[in-house]
Amino acid sequence: MDKDNLIINLTDISFSYPEGAPLLNNLSMQFYKGDRVGLIGPNGGGKTTLFHIIMGLLKPYSGKIEIFGKPVREEKDFRSVRQRIGLLFQDSDDQLFSPTVLEDVAFGPLNLGKSVDEAKVIARKNLDSLGLSGFEDRITYKLSGGEKRMVSLATVLAMEPEILLLDEPSAGLDENTRASLIKVLTGLDLSYILISHEMEFLDSTTTSVYIMKDGKVFMNGDRQIHRHYHIHPHSALPHRHESGFGKKYTDFLA
Amino acid sequence: MMIEESFVNGNSLIHRLNPVLKIGFAIIYSFVVAVSSKFPSLFAALFIALFLVILARLNPRKAAVRLAAVNGIIILFWFFLPFTFQGEALFHIGPFAVTRPGVIFAAGITLKANAILIAFIALVATMRVTTLGHALNSMLIPEKLVQFFLLTYRYLFVIQTEYQKLTRAVKVRGFRPGTNLHTYRTYAYLAGMLFVRASVRGERVYQAMLCRGFKGKFYSLHEYSISKADITCAVFMTAAIVILVVLEWTKII
Repeated sequence: MDKDNLIINLTDISFSYPEGAPLLNNLSMQFYKGDRVGLIGPNGGGKTTLFHIIMGLLKPYSGKIEIFGKPVREEKDFRSVRQRIGLLFQDSDDQLFSPTVLEDVAFGPLNLGKSVDEAKVIARKNLDSLGLSGFEDRITYKLSGGEKRMVSLATVLAMEPEILLLDEPSAGLDENTRASLIKVLTGLDLSYILISHEMEFLDSTTTSVYIMKDGKVFMNGDRQIHRHYHIHPHSALPHRHESGFGKKYTDFLA
Repeated sequence: MMIEESFVNGNSLIHRLNPVLKIGFAIIYSFVVAVSSKFPSLFAALFIALFLVILARLNPRKAAVRLAAVNGIIILFWFFLPFTFQGEALFHIGPFAVTRPGVIFAAGITLKANAILIAFIALVATMRVTTLGHALNSMLIPEKLVQFFLLTYRYLFVIQTEYQKLTRAVKVRGFRPGTNLHTYRTYAYLAGMLFVRASVRGERVYQAMLCRGFKGKFYSLHEYSISKADITCAVFMTAAIVILVVLEWTKII
């Protein structure tokens, strides 16, 4: 990967919540344009925190953040970052705060200085592309969980970002919504980092995995998610699978 | 409890009116009625309010249910006001005298409260809460207050859901409220946890807004046009107010 395509460059980031053990511990991570990365790791391992640090919502105690080749430190540096990196929150109710869907999707573009009419056009275009036409006047809190997730994605995409940070986008979705989410993500011309605990979902949406462990990100790529099929009779003899989905992915982190 | 918005679906003249006009009339009307004390003007006010409900073609049963809630409190006034005023006694119940000024005062309160409430059902309850917010925004109400109002409305449901989750969590573990310290403590925990969750939620929502470029200013997508019907209604509404004022403050009757 050449240096021009280096988008996110974190060096020696350390972070801990008040009265907590260090959550991120001299973490370094590089993310390149065109990457589609899955981020896996145990619950409470700092994955969401890492996203929030990239967006400037949390301040690390130490370390250097470079985004699009420029160091970012202060709130005003992060403002321009937030236009180019879109964060999809774990809980869609955090993301959707406007009364109606159209208002919520138009919120970002309006903040970027678009006129009301332009913002409406952008919002409609994004809703349409996610198969949400006709949702404009729906009341956000009355949407189903899956609809909320897709509308949240539309609100993020309406900012026209270059990179997405997706925090467990597939959690709690039914088969159909998951399938359409996979279709949308793979059809996008965007780079993204995606947190998920679901191997199949990661397999369909990402090309490599970063593993988070002990407050660090391991991105050497020696562990790949792959699908495998095997066949055996449902024999009378009980048997164990020594590897594969039968094993928890955290077992592979060691 | 959820805000049901049970009167917003309709296609009457009232539903189609400019929300600013409806709110404006409702406010002025309420002030006039609240300071009125003569019965001709109060009855006229009640008549105007009922006329608006008929125009809005609302379900009379649902409207009556809403009125019942307020009149439940008003009944309390009837229990003590007639007995606590000095003046000419109408009749006696045991040692207590029911006085004429007391009855008149209670009747006045009843008329006022019902007239204002009916007018609000016809005018304000026929618009969505969001429309109400945006209309207030285009009136003289500060933007911050309006956003506060709309966000409260938006997250009421989320907080209600969280409250239900918490109560379910204690119920499934066999909690039955009683008059004891355990019950009080459990309710205190529930309330405390609800506050904590609401505040954490507020923080996350703010972060999500920051991520979408929020710089402290809200934009509204709505603009309301003024139709011919609006102008006609504005004329009639002004006339209604003038009639009420004339009935109350001049000596025609």
